[in-house]
Amino acid sequence: MRRVVVTGLGMVTPLGCGVEETWSRVLKGESGAARIETFDVSDLPCKVATPIRRGDGSNGTFNPDQWMEPKEARKVDDFIVFAMAAARQALEDAGWAPKTADDQAATGVLIGSGIGGIEGIAEAGIILKERGPRRISPFFIPGRLINLASGYVSIEHGLKGPNHAVVTACSTGAHAIGDASRLVALGDADVMVAGGSESPLSRLAIAGFSACRALSTGFNDEPTRASRPWDRDRDGFVMGEGAGVVVLEAYEHAKARGAKIYAEVIGYGLSGDAYHITAPSETGDGAFRCMQAALRRAGISPDELDYINAHGTSTPMGDEIELGAVQRLLGNAAARVSMSSTKSATGHLLGAAGAVEAIFSILALRDQIAPPTLNLDNPSVETPIDLVAHAARQRPIEVVLSNSFGFGGTNASLVFRKAA
Amino acid sequence: MSDIAERVKKIVVEHLGVEPDKVTENASFMDDLGADSLDTVELVMAFEEEFGVEIPDDAAETILTVGDAIKFLSKTAA
Repeated sequence: MRRVVVTGLGMVTPLGCGVEETWSRVLKGESGAARIETFDVSDLPCKVATPIRRGDGSNGTFNPDQWMEPKEARKVDDFIVFAMAAARQALEDAGWAPKTADDQAATGVLIGSGIGGIEGIAEAGIILKERGPRRISPFFIPGRLINLASGYVSIEHGLKGPNHAVVTACSTGAHAIGDASRLVALGDADVMVAGGSESPLSRLAIAGFSACRALSTGFNDEPTRASRPWDRDRDGFVMGEGAGVVVLEAYEHAKARGAKIYAEVIGYGLSGDAYHITAPSETGDGAFRCMQAALRRAGISPDELDYINAHGTSTPMGDEIELGAVQRLLGNAAARVSMSSTKSATGHLLGAAGAVEAIFSILALRDQIAPPTLNLDNPSVETPIDLVAHAARQRPIEVVLSNSFGFGGTNASLVFRKAA
Repeated sequence: MSDIAERVKKIVVEHLGVEPDKVTENASFMDDLGADSLDTVELVMAFEEEFGVEIPDDAAETILTVGDAIKFLSKTAA
Protein backbone atom coordinates (compact mmCIF):
# COMPACT_ATOMS: atom_id res chain seq x y z
CA MET A 1 0.00 0.00 0.00
CA ARG A 2 1.28 3.45 -0.93
CA ARG A 3 1.52 6.28 1.59
CA VAL A 4 -1.19 8.93 1.14
CA VAL A 5 -0.85 12.60 2.04
CA VAL A 6 -3.11 15.65 2.06
CA THR A 7 -1.90 18.42 -0.24
CA GLY A 8 -4.94 20.67 -0.64
CA LEU A 9 -7.83 21.93 1.48
CA GLY A 10 -11.09 23.67 0.61
CA MET A 11 -14.30 24.50 2.42
CA VAL A 12 -17.47 26.53 2.55
CA THR A 13 -18.99 26.64 6.02
CA PRO A 14 -21.43 28.75 8.04
CA LEU A 15 -18.37 30.55 9.43
CA GLY A 16 -17.03 31.56 6.05
CA CYS A 17 -16.15 30.72 2.49
CA GLY A 18 -12.59 29.43 2.55
CA VAL A 19 -10.37 27.39 4.84
CA GLU A 20 -8.47 30.18 6.57
CA GLU A 21 -11.58 32.35 6.85
CA THR A 22 -13.41 29.53 8.62
CA TRP A 23 -10.49 28.36 10.75
CA SER A 24 -9.68 31.82 12.11
CA ARG A 25 -13.29 32.22 13.22
CA VAL A 26 -13.32 28.75 14.79
CA LEU A 27 -10.22 29.62 16.82
CA LYS A 28 -11.77 32.92 17.91
CA GLY A 29 -14.77 31.05 19.27
CA GLU A 30 -17.32 32.43 16.82
CA SER A 31 -20.58 30.61 16.16
CA GLY A 32 -22.32 30.33 12.80
CA ALA A 33 -25.76 29.83 14.33
CA ALA A 34 -28.67 32.13 13.58
CA ARG A 35 -32.43 32.21 13.55
CA ILE A 36 -33.72 30.66 10.31
CA GLU A 37 -34.95 33.44 8.03
CA THR A 38 -35.03 31.84 4.59
CA PHE A 39 -38.26 29.91 5.14
CA ASP A 40 -41.23 29.88 7.47
CA VAL A 41 -40.40 28.29 10.83
CA SER A 42 -43.51 29.43 12.71
CA ASP A 43 -44.86 25.88 12.92
CA LEU A 44 -41.50 24.12 13.32
CA PRO A 45 -40.17 23.22 16.79
CA CYS A 46 -36.60 24.06 15.77
CA LYS A 47 -36.08 27.61 14.49
CA VAL A 48 -32.29 27.82 14.45
CA ALA A 49 -29.61 26.63 12.04
CA THR A 50 -26.10 27.41 10.85
CA PRO A 51 -26.60 28.79 7.33
CA ILE A 52 -23.82 29.83 4.98
CA ARG A 53 -23.43 33.61 4.91
CA ARG A 54 -24.22 34.58 1.33
CA GLY A 55 -22.98 37.83 -0.16
CA ASP A 56 -20.75 39.33 -2.80
CA GLY A 57 -17.77 37.19 -1.80
CA SER A 58 -16.07 39.80 0.35
CA ASN A 59 -15.45 39.40 4.07
CA GLY A 60 -15.77 35.61 3.91
CA THR A 61 -19.25 35.60 2.41
CA PHE A 62 -20.21 32.99 -0.16
CA ASN A 63 -21.01 34.23 -3.65
CA PRO A 64 -22.18 31.25 -5.74
CA ASP A 65 -21.47 33.12 -9.00
CA GLN A 66 -17.73 32.94 -8.22
CA TRP A 67 -17.77 29.15 -8.18
CA MET A 68 -20.30 28.03 -10.80
CA GLU A 69 -21.83 29.57 -13.89
CA PRO A 70 -25.21 31.03 -12.82
CA LYS A 71 -26.75 29.19 -15.78
CA GLU A 72 -25.50 25.87 -14.35
CA ALA A 73 -26.07 26.71 -10.68
CA ARG A 74 -29.72 27.36 -11.44
CA LYS A 75 -30.13 23.68 -12.41
CA VAL A 76 -28.72 22.10 -9.26
CA ASP A 77 -29.25 22.03 -5.52
CA ASP A 78 -26.81 24.01 -3.42
CA PHE A 79 -24.82 20.99 -2.25
CA ILE A 80 -23.37 20.79 -5.76
CA VAL A 81 -22.47 24.50 -5.79
CA PHE A 82 -20.80 24.18 -2.38
CA ALA A 83 -18.85 21.13 -3.60
CA MET A 84 -17.70 23.04 -6.68
CA ALA A 85 -16.42 25.85 -4.45
CA ALA A 86 -14.62 23.60 -1.97
CA ALA A 87 -13.13 21.43 -4.72
CA ARG A 88 -11.72 24.38 -6.65
CA GLN A 89 -10.23 25.83 -3.47
CA ALA A 90 -8.61 22.48 -2.66
CA LEU A 91 -7.19 21.96 -6.15
CA GLU A 92 -5.80 25.50 -6.27
CA ASP A 93 -4.35 25.07 -2.78
CA ALA A 94 -2.69 21.85 -3.93
CA GLY A 95 -1.42 23.51 -7.10
CA TRP A 96 -2.78 20.58 -9.09
CA ALA A 97 -4.40 21.28 -12.46
CA PRO A 98 -3.90 18.14 -14.58
CA LYS A 99 -3.61 18.87 -18.30
CA THR A 100 -2.08 15.76 -19.86
CA ALA A 101 -4.21 12.70 -20.56
CA ASP A 102 -2.16 10.65 -18.09
CA ASP A 103 -2.45 13.18 -15.27
CA GLN A 104 -6.17 13.59 -15.87
CA ALA A 105 -6.73 9.82 -15.83
CA ALA A 106 -4.73 9.56 -12.59
CA THR A 107 -6.94 12.10 -10.79
CA GLY A 108 -10.35 11.10 -9.45
CA VAL A 109 -13.21 12.55 -7.43
CA LEU A 110 -15.08 11.10 -4.46
CA ILE A 111 -17.44 13.64 -2.95
CA GLY A 112 -20.49 12.46 -1.04
CA SER A 113 -23.58 13.91 0.54
CA GLY A 114 -25.87 12.62 3.23
CA ILE A 115 -29.14 13.60 1.61
CA GLY A 116 -28.41 15.34 -1.68
CA GLY A 117 -30.93 17.71 -3.20
CA ILE A 118 -33.78 17.46 -0.73
CA GLU A 119 -35.01 21.00 -1.41
CA GLY A 120 -35.20 20.40 -5.16
CA ILE A 121 -36.98 17.08 -4.61
CA ALA A 122 -39.52 18.74 -2.32
CA GLU A 123 -40.19 21.49 -4.86
CA ALA A 124 -40.53 19.04 -7.74
CA GLY A 125 -42.96 16.96 -5.69
CA ILE A 126 -45.21 20.00 -5.36
CA ILE A 127 -44.94 20.77 -9.09
CA LEU A 128 -45.81 17.17 -9.95
CA LYS A 129 -48.88 17.21 -7.72
CA GLU A 130 -50.13 20.66 -8.69
CA ARG A 131 -49.18 20.88 -12.37
CA GLY A 132 -48.39 17.39 -13.59
CA PRO A 133 -45.40 15.48 -15.00
CA ARG A 134 -44.91 17.67 -18.09
CA ARG A 135 -43.69 20.49 -15.86
CA ILE A 136 -40.81 18.48 -14.35
CA SER A 137 -37.50 19.90 -15.58
CA PRO A 138 -34.98 17.72 -17.40
CA PHE A 139 -32.51 18.99 -14.81
CA PHE A 140 -34.57 17.72 -11.90
CA ILE A 141 -32.74 14.37 -11.70
CA PRO A 142 -29.14 15.39 -12.55
CA GLY A 143 -29.38 18.41 -10.25
CA ARG A 144 -30.37 16.32 -7.23
CA LEU A 145 -28.36 13.08 -7.52
CA ILE A 146 -25.67 12.84 -4.85
CA ASN A 147 -22.88 11.67 -7.17
CA LEU A 148 -23.45 14.68 -9.43
CA ALA A 149 -21.24 16.70 -7.06
CA SER A 150 -18.38 14.43 -8.15
CA GLY A 151 -19.67 14.57 -11.71
CA TYR A 152 -19.74 18.36 -11.95
CA VAL A 153 -16.31 18.68 -10.29
CA SER A 154 -14.80 16.17 -12.71
CA ILE A 155 -16.25 17.99 -15.73
CA GLU A 156 -15.10 21.41 -14.49
CA HIS A 157 -11.51 20.30 -13.88
CA GLY A 158 -11.10 17.49 -16.42
CA LEU A 159 -10.56 14.77 -13.80
CA LYS A 160 -10.93 11.42 -15.54
CA GLY A 161 -9.86 8.99 -12.82
CA PRO A 162 -12.27 7.14 -10.48
CA ASN A 163 -15.55 9.04 -10.14
CA HIS A 164 -17.38 7.95 -7.05
CA ALA A 165 -19.62 9.09 -4.18
CA VAL A 166 -20.36 8.06 -0.63
CA VAL A 167 -23.72 8.17 1.12
CA THR A 168 -23.47 7.33 4.82
CA ALA A 169 -25.51 10.07 6.49
CA CYS A 170 -23.37 12.04 8.92
CA SER A 171 -20.31 9.82 8.34
CA THR A 172 -20.26 10.64 4.62
CA GLY A 173 -17.39 13.14 4.60
CA ALA A 174 -15.12 10.92 6.69
CA HIS A 175 -15.92 7.81 4.67
CA ALA A 176 -15.27 9.73 1.44
CA ILE A 177 -11.80 10.80 2.57
CA GLY A 178 -11.04 7.35 3.95
CA ASP A 179 -12.23 5.46 0.88
CA ALA A 180 -10.50 7.88 -1.47
CA SER A 181 -7.25 7.48 0.44
CA ARG A 182 -7.52 3.73 -0.15
CA LEU A 183 -8.00 4.28 -3.88
CA VAL A 184 -4.74 6.24 -3.84
CA ALA A 185 -3.00 3.71 -1.58
CA LEU A 186 -3.99 0.85 -3.88
CA GLY A 187 -2.97 2.72 -7.02
CA ASP A 188 -6.38 3.26 -8.63
CA ALA A 189 -5.50 6.95 -8.67
CA ASP A 190 -2.49 9.10 -7.83
CA VAL A 191 -4.64 12.04 -6.74
CA MET A 192 -8.19 12.08 -5.36
CA VAL A 193 -10.42 15.08 -4.72
CA ALA A 194 -12.48 13.89 -1.75
CA GLY A 195 -14.99 15.19 0.75
CA GLY A 196 -18.62 15.86 1.51
CA SER A 197 -21.26 18.49 0.83
CA GLU A 198 -24.72 19.18 2.20
CA SER A 199 -27.54 21.68 1.67
CA PRO A 200 -30.31 20.54 4.02
CA LEU A 201 -31.72 23.85 5.18
CA SER A 202 -35.33 23.45 4.09
CA ARG A 203 -38.67 23.13 5.82
CA LEU A 204 -38.84 19.47 4.85
CA ALA A 205 -35.47 18.54 6.39
CA ILE A 206 -36.11 20.51 9.58
CA ALA A 207 -39.51 18.83 9.87
CA GLY A 208 -38.00 15.40 9.26
CA PHE A 209 -35.12 15.70 11.72
CA SER A 210 -37.49 17.29 14.23
CA ALA A 211 -39.72 14.24 13.96
CA CYS A 212 -36.65 12.13 14.81
CA ARG A 213 -36.27 14.35 17.90
CA ALA A 214 -32.72 15.10 16.80
CA LEU A 215 -32.72 18.93 16.71
CA SER A 216 -32.26 21.54 19.41
CA THR A 217 -35.55 23.21 20.29
CA GLY A 218 -34.79 25.01 23.53
CA PHE A 219 -32.57 27.82 22.25
CA ASN A 220 -34.70 29.33 19.50
CA ASP A 221 -34.17 32.81 20.94
CA GLU A 222 -30.44 32.29 21.60
CA PRO A 223 -29.19 30.52 18.47
CA THR A 224 -25.47 30.76 19.26
CA ARG A 225 -26.04 28.88 22.52
CA ALA A 226 -27.97 25.98 20.94
CA SER A 227 -25.04 23.75 19.90
CA ARG A 228 -23.42 22.79 23.22
CA PRO A 229 -21.75 19.38 23.10
CA TRP A 230 -21.33 17.62 26.48
CA ASP A 231 -23.07 20.48 28.29
CA ARG A 232 -25.84 19.42 30.68
CA ASP A 233 -28.37 21.69 28.92
CA ARG A 234 -27.80 20.33 25.42
CA ASP A 235 -31.00 19.25 23.69
CA GLY A 236 -30.18 18.29 20.12
CA PHE A 237 -28.08 19.33 17.16
CA VAL A 238 -28.18 22.51 15.10
CA MET A 239 -28.39 21.75 11.40
CA GLY A 240 -26.06 23.51 8.99
CA GLU A 241 -24.96 23.57 5.38
CA GLY A 242 -21.56 23.52 3.74
CA ALA A 243 -18.84 21.47 2.11
CA GLY A 244 -15.31 20.29 2.82
CA VAL A 245 -12.96 18.87 0.20
CA VAL A 246 -9.34 17.72 0.40
CA VAL A 247 -6.81 16.73 -2.22
CA LEU A 248 -5.31 13.36 -1.37
CA GLU A 249 -2.17 12.30 -3.13
CA ALA A 250 0.33 9.47 -3.20
CA TYR A 251 3.29 10.58 -1.10
CA GLU A 252 5.83 9.94 -3.88
CA HIS A 253 3.64 11.82 -6.37
CA ALA A 254 3.43 14.84 -4.06
CA LYS A 255 7.16 14.74 -3.36
CA ALA A 256 8.05 14.46 -7.03
CA ARG A 257 6.16 17.65 -7.92
CA GLY A 258 7.30 19.51 -4.81
CA ALA A 259 3.81 19.87 -3.37
CA LYS A 260 3.16 21.33 0.05
CA ILE A 261 2.16 18.46 2.37
CA TYR A 262 -0.26 19.15 5.23
CA ALA A 263 -0.43 15.69 6.75
CA GLU A 264 -0.38 11.98 6.09
CA VAL A 265 -3.52 9.85 6.29
CA ILE A 266 -2.20 7.10 8.55
CA GLY A 267 -5.41 5.50 9.78
CA TYR A 268 -8.97 4.88 8.68
CA GLY A 269 -11.45 2.72 10.57
CA LEU A 270 -15.03 1.73 9.85
CA SER A 271 -17.67 -0.10 11.83
CA GLY A 272 -21.40 -0.68 12.12
CA ASP A 273 -23.49 -0.53 15.28
CA ALA A 274 -26.08 -3.08 14.12
CA TYR A 275 -28.30 -1.61 16.81
CA HIS A 276 -30.82 1.09 15.84
CA ILE A 277 -31.64 3.26 12.81
CA THR A 278 -31.11 6.60 14.56
CA ALA A 279 -29.83 5.98 18.11
CA PRO A 280 -26.19 5.08 18.83
CA SER A 281 -25.62 1.79 20.62
CA GLU A 282 -25.73 2.55 24.31
CA THR A 283 -22.45 0.82 25.05
CA GLY A 284 -20.61 2.92 22.47
CA ASP A 285 -19.25 -0.32 21.12
CA GLY A 286 -19.54 0.73 17.46
CA ALA A 287 -17.64 3.95 18.04
CA PHE A 288 -15.01 2.13 20.11
CA ARG A 289 -14.38 -0.55 17.48
CA CYS A 290 -14.24 2.11 14.76
CA MET A 291 -11.52 4.13 16.51
CA GLN A 292 -9.70 0.92 17.41
CA ALA A 293 -9.70 -0.16 13.76
CA ALA A 294 -8.31 3.23 12.71
CA LEU A 295 -5.49 3.03 15.25
CA ARG A 296 -4.69 -0.54 14.22
CA ARG A 297 -4.45 0.58 10.60
CA ALA A 298 -2.25 3.48 11.69
CA GLY A 299 -0.06 1.13 13.67
CA ILE A 300 -0.13 3.38 16.72
CA SER A 301 -1.31 2.96 20.30
CA PRO A 302 -3.98 5.18 21.91
CA ASP A 303 -1.39 7.01 24.01
CA GLU A 304 0.06 8.51 20.83
CA LEU A 305 -3.11 10.52 20.17
CA ASP A 306 -2.99 14.22 21.01
CA TYR A 307 -6.20 15.69 19.63
CA ILE A 308 -9.58 14.20 18.80
CA ASN A 309 -12.21 16.06 16.79
CA ALA A 310 -15.34 14.44 18.20
CA HIS A 311 -18.53 13.68 16.36
CA GLY A 312 -20.13 15.49 19.36
CA THR A 313 -23.39 16.72 17.85
CA SER A 314 -24.91 18.09 21.06
CA THR A 315 -27.58 15.41 21.37
CA PRO A 316 -28.45 14.20 24.87
CA MET A 317 -27.46 10.55 24.19
CA GLY A 318 -24.74 10.67 21.57
CA ASP A 319 -22.23 12.96 23.25
CA GLU A 320 -21.82 10.91 26.40
CA ILE A 321 -21.75 7.61 24.55
CA GLU A 322 -18.92 8.86 22.35
CA LEU A 323 -17.07 10.24 25.36
CA GLY A 324 -17.38 6.87 27.09
CA ALA A 325 -16.05 5.08 24.03
CA VAL A 326 -13.09 7.46 23.79
CA GLN A 327 -12.29 7.01 27.49
CA ARG A 328 -12.39 3.25 27.04
CA LEU A 329 -10.05 3.55 24.06
CA LEU A 330 -7.59 5.87 25.78
CA GLY A 331 -7.53 4.24 29.20
CA ASN A 332 -4.76 5.80 31.26
CA ALA A 333 -3.83 8.09 28.36
CA ALA A 334 -7.13 10.02 28.65
CA ALA A 335 -5.60 12.90 30.61
CA ARG A 336 -3.07 13.74 27.89
CA VAL A 337 -5.63 14.14 25.13
CA SER A 338 -7.61 17.20 24.09
CA MET A 339 -10.97 16.51 22.44
CA SER A 340 -13.37 19.14 21.13
CA SER A 341 -16.48 19.38 19.04
CA THR A 342 -16.27 22.07 16.40
CA LYS A 343 -19.98 21.46 15.75
CA SER A 344 -20.42 23.87 18.65
CA ALA A 345 -19.34 26.55 16.15
CA THR A 346 -20.33 25.22 12.74
CA GLY A 347 -23.45 23.30 13.67
CA HIS A 348 -23.91 19.84 12.20
CA LEU A 349 -23.14 19.86 8.49
CA LEU A 350 -24.39 16.25 8.11
CA GLY A 351 -22.67 14.71 5.07
CA ALA A 352 -20.11 17.52 4.98
CA ALA A 353 -19.28 17.32 8.69
CA GLY A 354 -16.68 14.55 8.47
CA ALA A 355 -14.75 16.31 5.72
CA VAL A 356 -14.87 19.76 7.32
CA GLU A 357 -13.80 18.27 10.66
CA ALA A 358 -10.99 16.26 9.09
CA ILE A 359 -9.70 19.58 7.76
CA PHE A 360 -10.00 21.20 11.21
CA SER A 361 -8.02 18.25 12.61
CA ILE A 362 -5.31 18.75 9.99
CA LEU A 363 -5.18 22.48 10.80
CA ALA A 364 -4.92 21.66 14.52
CA LEU A 365 -1.86 19.62 13.57
CA ARG A 366 -0.44 22.40 11.41
CA ASP A 367 -0.98 25.19 13.94
CA GLN A 368 -0.48 23.17 17.15
CA ILE A 369 -3.77 24.33 18.56
CA ALA A 370 -6.93 22.54 19.63
CA PRO A 371 -10.10 24.39 18.53
CA PRO A 372 -12.64 25.05 21.27
CA THR A 373 -15.93 23.47 22.31
CA LEU A 374 -18.28 26.43 22.64
CA ASN A 375 -21.05 26.64 25.25
CA LEU A 376 -19.58 23.89 27.42
CA ASP A 377 -20.58 25.68 30.61
CA ASN A 378 -21.42 22.68 32.76
CA PRO A 379 -20.21 19.29 31.53
CA SER A 380 -22.89 16.67 32.12
CA VAL A 381 -20.29 14.11 33.20
CA GLU A 382 -16.80 14.27 34.63
CA THR A 383 -13.92 13.19 32.45
CA PRO A 384 -10.13 13.32 32.63
CA ILE A 385 -10.14 14.34 28.93
CA ASP A 386 -9.61 18.04 28.20
CA LEU A 387 -12.77 19.05 26.30
CA VAL A 388 -11.30 22.46 25.37
CA ALA A 389 -14.22 24.41 26.78
CA HIS A 390 -14.82 27.93 25.43
CA ALA A 391 -11.33 28.81 24.19
CA ALA A 392 -8.81 27.25 21.82
CA ARG A 393 -5.78 25.67 23.46
CA GLN A 394 -2.21 25.85 22.16
CA ARG A 395 -0.53 22.49 22.76
CA PRO A 396 1.79 19.98 21.12
CA ILE A 397 -0.14 17.97 18.51
CA GLU A 398 1.50 15.20 16.49
CA VAL A 399 -1.39 12.80 15.84
CA VAL A 400 -5.08 13.64 15.43
CA LEU A 401 -8.21 11.53 15.10
CA SER A 402 -11.56 12.67 13.69
CA ASN A 403 -14.79 10.78 14.42
CA SER A 404 -18.02 10.67 12.44
CA PHE A 405 -21.11 8.61 13.21
CA GLY A 406 -24.26 8.42 11.13
CA PHE A 407 -27.88 7.28 11.15
CA GLY A 408 -28.04 3.61 10.36
CA GLY A 409 -25.24 2.95 12.84
CA THR A 410 -22.41 3.77 10.43
CA ASN A 411 -19.09 4.90 11.91
CA ALA A 412 -15.84 6.25 10.48
CA SER A 413 -12.61 7.45 12.10
CA LEU A 414 -9.67 9.10 10.36
CA VAL A 415 -6.15 9.46 11.79
CA PHE A 416 -3.64 12.02 10.48
CA ARG A 417 -0.03 12.65 11.35
CA LYS A 418 2.51 15.20 10.22
CA ALA A 419 4.17 13.79 7.14
CA ALA A 420 7.77 13.00 7.99
CA MET B 1 -45.39 38.99 -33.96
CA SER B 2 -42.62 41.22 -32.60
CA ASP B 3 -44.02 40.80 -29.11
CA ILE B 4 -43.73 37.01 -29.45
CA ALA B 5 -40.19 37.34 -30.79
CA GLU B 6 -39.16 39.49 -27.85
CA ARG B 7 -40.63 37.07 -25.31
CA VAL B 8 -38.94 34.10 -26.99
CA LYS B 9 -35.58 35.88 -27.03
CA LYS B 10 -35.92 36.87 -23.38
CA ILE B 11 -36.52 33.23 -22.39
CA VAL B 12 -33.55 32.05 -24.43
CA VAL B 13 -31.27 34.65 -22.84
CA GLU B 14 -32.40 33.69 -19.35
CA HIS B 15 -32.21 29.93 -19.78
CA LEU B 16 -29.03 29.63 -21.77
CA GLY B 17 -27.17 32.48 -20.11
CA VAL B 18 -26.14 34.01 -23.45
CA GLU B 19 -25.70 37.61 -24.55
CA PRO B 20 -28.93 39.08 -26.05
CA ASP B 21 -27.20 40.10 -29.30
CA LYS B 22 -26.30 36.44 -29.98
CA VAL B 23 -29.98 35.50 -29.96
CA THR B 24 -30.78 36.15 -33.62
CA GLU B 25 -33.56 34.37 -35.48
CA ASN B 26 -31.05 32.22 -37.33
CA ALA B 27 -29.25 31.16 -34.16
CA SER B 28 -29.39 27.41 -33.50
CA PHE B 29 -29.90 26.53 -29.85
CA MET B 30 -27.36 23.71 -29.91
CA ASP B 31 -24.86 24.87 -32.56
CA ASP B 32 -24.73 28.60 -31.78
CA LEU B 33 -26.04 29.12 -28.26
CA GLY B 34 -24.34 26.28 -26.37
CA ALA B 35 -27.48 24.34 -25.45
CA ASP B 36 -27.34 20.59 -24.86
CA SER B 37 -30.26 18.22 -25.37
CA LEU B 38 -31.52 18.78 -21.82
CA ASP B 39 -31.39 22.55 -22.28
CA THR B 40 -33.59 22.29 -25.35
CA VAL B 41 -36.17 20.23 -23.45
CA GLU B 42 -36.25 22.89 -20.76
CA LEU B 43 -36.51 25.69 -23.31
CA VAL B 44 -39.57 24.08 -24.84
CA MET B 45 -41.08 23.79 -21.36
CA ALA B 46 -40.38 27.46 -20.77
CA PHE B 47 -42.09 28.38 -24.08
CA GLU B 48 -45.11 26.30 -23.09
CA GLU B 49 -45.23 28.07 -19.76
CA GLU B 50 -44.84 31.56 -21.18
CA PHE B 51 -47.36 31.17 -23.99
CA GLY B 52 -49.81 28.81 -22.33
CA VAL B 53 -49.57 26.21 -25.08
CA GLU B 54 -48.68 22.55 -25.25
CA ILE B 55 -45.87 21.65 -27.65
CA PRO B 56 -46.00 17.94 -28.52
CA ASP B 57 -42.66 16.08 -28.65
CA ASP B 58 -42.74 15.65 -32.44
CA ALA B 59 -43.26 19.38 -32.87
CA ALA B 60 -40.58 20.17 -30.27
CA GLU B 61 -38.08 18.20 -32.34
CA THR B 62 -38.55 20.63 -35.23
CA ILE B 63 -37.77 23.70 -33.09
CA LEU B 64 -34.03 24.00 -33.61
CA THR B 65 -33.49 27.75 -33.95
CA VAL B 66 -34.82 30.91 -32.33
CA GLY B 67 -36.73 31.57 -35.57
CA ASP B 68 -38.31 28.10 -35.47
CA ALA B 69 -39.63 28.84 -32.00
CA ILE B 70 -41.00 32.25 -32.97
CA LYS B 71 -42.66 30.79 -36.08
CA PHE B 72 -44.23 27.89 -34.17
CA LEU B 73 -45.47 30.05 -31.33
CA SER B 74 -46.83 32.72 -33.68
CA LYS B 75 -49.04 30.02 -35.21
CA THR B 76 -50.19 28.36 -31.97
CA ALA B 77 -50.19 31.00 -29.26
CA ALA B 78 -53.45 32.79 -28.74
